[in-house]
Amino acid sequence: MTGTVGQFLLRRRGGRGWHWTDVFTWVWLVGGLVLMFGPALWLVGSSFKSPAQLAEFPPTLLPYVSRTAVVPGHDKPLPLFVVKMENGETRELAEIRRIGIVAQMVDPAKPGEIVRVNIQNRTPAREIGLATGNYTEPFVHFDFLRYLQNSVFVTVVATLITLVTNSMAAFALSKYQFRGRSTVMLLILATLMVPLSVILVPLYSIISTVGLFNSLWGVILPTVATPTGVFMLRQYMLTIPDELLDAARMDKASEWQIYWRIILPLTAPALAVLAIFSVVWRWNDFLWPLIVLSRKEVYTLQVGLNTYAGELNVQWHYILAMTVVTMIPVVLVFVFLQRFITTGIAGSGLK
Amino acid sequence: MGQITLSGISKNFGAVQVLEGIDLDIRKGELVVFVGPSGCGKSTLLRLIAGLDKPTGGTIAIDGRDVTPVPAADRGLAMVFQSYALYPHMSVRQNMAFGLENAHLPRPEIDARIAEASRMLEIAKLLDRRPGQLSGGQRQRVAIGRAIVRNPTAFLLDEPLSNLDAELRVSMRAELAALHQRLGTTMVYVTHDQVEAMTLADRIVVLRAGRIEQVDTPLALFNAPANVFVAGFIGAPNMNFIQGVVRGPVEGGVAVTAFDGRVVPVDAAAGALAPGDAVTLGVRPHHLRRVGPDEGLPVTVHLVEALGAETVVHGRTAEGQRILAVLAGQEPLASGDVIALAFERRQTHAFDKDGLRVAGN
Amino acid sequence: MAGVLGRAAGVLAAPVAWAAALVDRPMRAWQNATGTNGMAAVFLAPNMLIFGVFVLFPLVINIAYSMTGGTALFLPDRTFVGAAQYERLLSCADYTDPKTCEEDQFWIAVRNTGVFVVFQVALMTVVAVVTALILNREIRGRSFWRAVFFFPVLLSPVVVGLIWRWILQRDGLLNAALFQLGFTPHVWLTDRFWAFAAAIGVSIWAHVGFYALIVLAGLQAIPKDLYEAAEMDGTKPGRVFWRITLPLLMPNLLVVIVLALIRAVQIFDEVFVLTGGGPGTSTMFLTQYIYEVGFASLLKNPGLASAASILMGGVLVVLTLVQLAVARRNEAKGKRQ
Repeated sequence: MTGTVGQFLLRRRGGRGWHWTDVFTWVWLVGGLVLMFGPALWLVGSSFKSPAQLAEFPPTLLPYVSRTAVVPGHDKPLPLFVVKMENGETRELAEIRRIGIVAQMVDPAKPGEIVRVNIQNRTPAREIGLATGNYTEPFVHFDFLRYLQNSVFVTVVATLITLVTNSMAAFALSKYQFRGRSTVMLLILATLMVPLSVILVPLYSIISTVGLFNSLWGVILPTVATPTGVFMLRQYMLTIPDELLDAARMDKASEWQIYWRIILPLTAPALAVLAIFSVVWRWNDFLWPLIVLSRKEVYTLQVGLNTYAGELNVQWHYILAMTVVTMIPVVLVFVFLQRFITTGIAGSGLK
Repeated sequence: MGQITLSGISKNFGAVQVLEGIDLDIRKGELVVFVGPSGCGKSTLLRLIAGLDKPTGGTIAIDGRDVTPVPAADRGLAMVFQSYALYPHMSVRQNMAFGLENAHLPRPEIDARIAEASRMLEIAKLLDRRPGQLSGGQRQRVAIGRAIVRNPTAFLLDEPLSNLDAELRVSMRAELAALHQRLGTTMVYVTHDQVEAMTLADRIVVLRAGRIEQVDTPLALFNAPANVFVAGFIGAPNMNFIQGVVRGPVEGGVAVTAFDGRVVPVDAAAGALAPGDAVTLGVRPHHLRRVGPDEGLPVTVHLVEALGAETVVHGRTAEGQRILAVLAGQEPLASGDVIALAFERRQTHAFDKDGLRVAGN
Repeated sequence: MAGVLGRAAGVLAAPVAWAAALVDRPMRAWQNATGTNGMAAVFLAPNMLIFGVFVLFPLVINIAYSMTGGTALFLPDRTFVGAAQYERLLSCADYTDPKTCEEDQFWIAVRNTGVFVVFQVALMTVVAVVTALILNREIRGRSFWRAVFFFPVLLSPVVVGLIWRWILQRDGLLNAALFQLGFTPHVWLTDRFWAFAAAIGVSIWAHVGFYALIVLAGLQAIPKDLYEAAEMDGTKPGRVFWRITLPLLMPNLLVVIVLALIRAVQIFDEVFVLTGGGPGTSTMFLTQYIYEVGFASLLKNPGLASAASILMGGVLVVLTLVQLAVARRNEAKGKRQ
């Protein structure tokens, strides 16, 4: 069985033998698989471990939880231990309490009989299981639900505005002849050179002046007039024949209707790509929200997570879980829409 | 309804003058064809009538009303585009309904018109398909259907058959002619194919370099071309042109020296040509016939194209003038043969040194 | 997923269409007033308004900011100091030694960024080319493998920083692995050298998939018959790479390198989360310097931050112009071929 699978995997085209480049290829690919997915998987695995387990060194590969048993006469479930008895047999007992180095234990099957055990002779009974509290507690006790809402709001609204304004501008720049068109194109092109990090100070003062400091709109607005989006959509719209627009004009369509009923539906593939990019961009934005948002209530997930990781250095179990939550939308995009993005990048070289 | 009057139309794109001094009266119910080589401005003229472009100078009137400042949507015209310009994301039915919805027609009326048009064009089965699922001919029909449902004052057709293969083009051409007869609506049709122009048109407008060269019925254009350009453009294969010099008057015309000293009598109005004037003679290849060795012009055969029903002969005269002749039937000729060709005086066209027709009588 | 999206679009269609129809009325009025071409202004307006207020205007007043002093934020409240901020940034007794500079933090950031850019871009380009070459071979499940290397590209910098902080911490996965193999664990992120190396390594990990994808597109554009011809000539694989693949890939590779340079100069997010710029200032880069001076430190100095950002912007403009020149040359070459 293993032989056939091995043969299948290792079979070379044309039945030639293995060249060193073939070995190198597979070493690189498998190494890449481990290196690229490994850290994220380790994160996910760790996020389900209890704090005690996270403190273990060396760490276990999989998350475990202590098993418990309900014993009559005790309100709470008791933790189970594997106990090595003096006569050499091993039993599974529940611990009632610990006094010094002696633990009082009970067999769940025989609740009346208390056994005293030296704590050296017992080890926690564990099974693979998930410490889901890591996930639920930050939402209940901390502001993560708020952060999540803020991030979703920023992402959705910024993407919608980006799609509408960029597509309108791209329509004007691809389908109308007007004076100053090349000036506008040049202006937009020029700003490809100035990333946000170059205009942080004046932008911050403008945002403050118009009263958008500590507002999610202050995060959204500076990011939506993306030159990349306008360019990408314009390139696409240039491929739509002008005769279609003329036909629509003969059909008594207004220019707005032409944009809305003809251009937008026909630009759908490019809009989809821009939408995916925009969602990933806005979800992942960090530096600008970090500057604009200083009150906890308006933090996005990224800012909240960073602050949290700085403040509560010891509470890794929550940080890990929230990191996973932050990762989820992007992983969904990766799983379902990865092909769109990779072809989009290969085609236009944008990110 | 459907009379279109152009007066003094000119159009510049920047410094380039595309149309100049166009005056034209398109009568109600007429099928007028704009024909000319590419770049002559015929499509631009159509777009000006449509209202998709604005003229630089001059006025356009439809049924006596000046529509020059009126936008395309409000001129009551319908257009069929070269690429058909069907909305790719709409079904055939939606394509046809789009313009009517924009005009806020009631739904039953829209449905009735689509039903009527699709029955007429035999596209009823295609109504729920997208343009991408149609063949070229079907798309053509839908494009025409989209124009018909609008009940326009006039149809504007911009090279509508140029994207079809040769066979389909011939049958669609016949259908268009039938459609015009049936609807009786004015149609303005742009093409660069003079066969299409000849077969479809009530009148042909020949354009060159932004100007109208001649407007007339197909046969009038063929029989009495106003100038060398029209003579060369209309009729296939092209007319033979021979340079000559006027020798003197003859009965009803002049005698012209051409072909290495041969003298040919042609019809010309009295006083139009004086002895010594340069003149261009035109003879259509179909009007050349083969005669006995000493009765006509000797021509050395270079290439023979035997088409079965007729024989196309490419030849040269002794002085090197190229001559194309289309002889009826099958002629057993080979390259290098010398044949004699003759033509009738009444089928000879004469043009003066400016290329204008010198008409007999 | 697509089905769900489709259904969502269906539900949204009616109100959206209604809104669009509502917009149509004023739009038509405008169109009647200004003509068809007047509508271009309407379509441009929203984007250009946002663009003007939040990109263009800040860009212009940034220069004004860099010539003012004090801690006030509102430009009219600030005092004009001329080129003083630039002088402060640029005066050094010995330019090779940041300690002798008036603004030593800036020069530390410049030096760090310089070293980072050189090593990160060089290493990443090599890794990207090797990965692309391998993905371009006839391997089973190529799109799967391509996706593998692309995965980290989508992750947010904060997530990237936290993942690797978790792995590189004292009791982290790396130390555990070393311990199991019999090596001594090391506290990586508090060691100046290793923290810097980690910054380079992590940023390569996060971005290499993107560049590999562009290189791969370049490789796939090389006509197959060239390789077949080389094979017919009995050319050795190494020679094929150096004499055919690399020269034909060069235009594409130049784009990749310049793009990577532009990004590397602005490095901030993931390193900031990973190391916070530490230990000390050993992984503090230019953008973080601007952030600290302008926003985070107790003694904010917006003018100084602004001057530093303009200097960085100058470098980026030069790099972008190089990129555009390269792209134009490639395009011209493509047309000739």
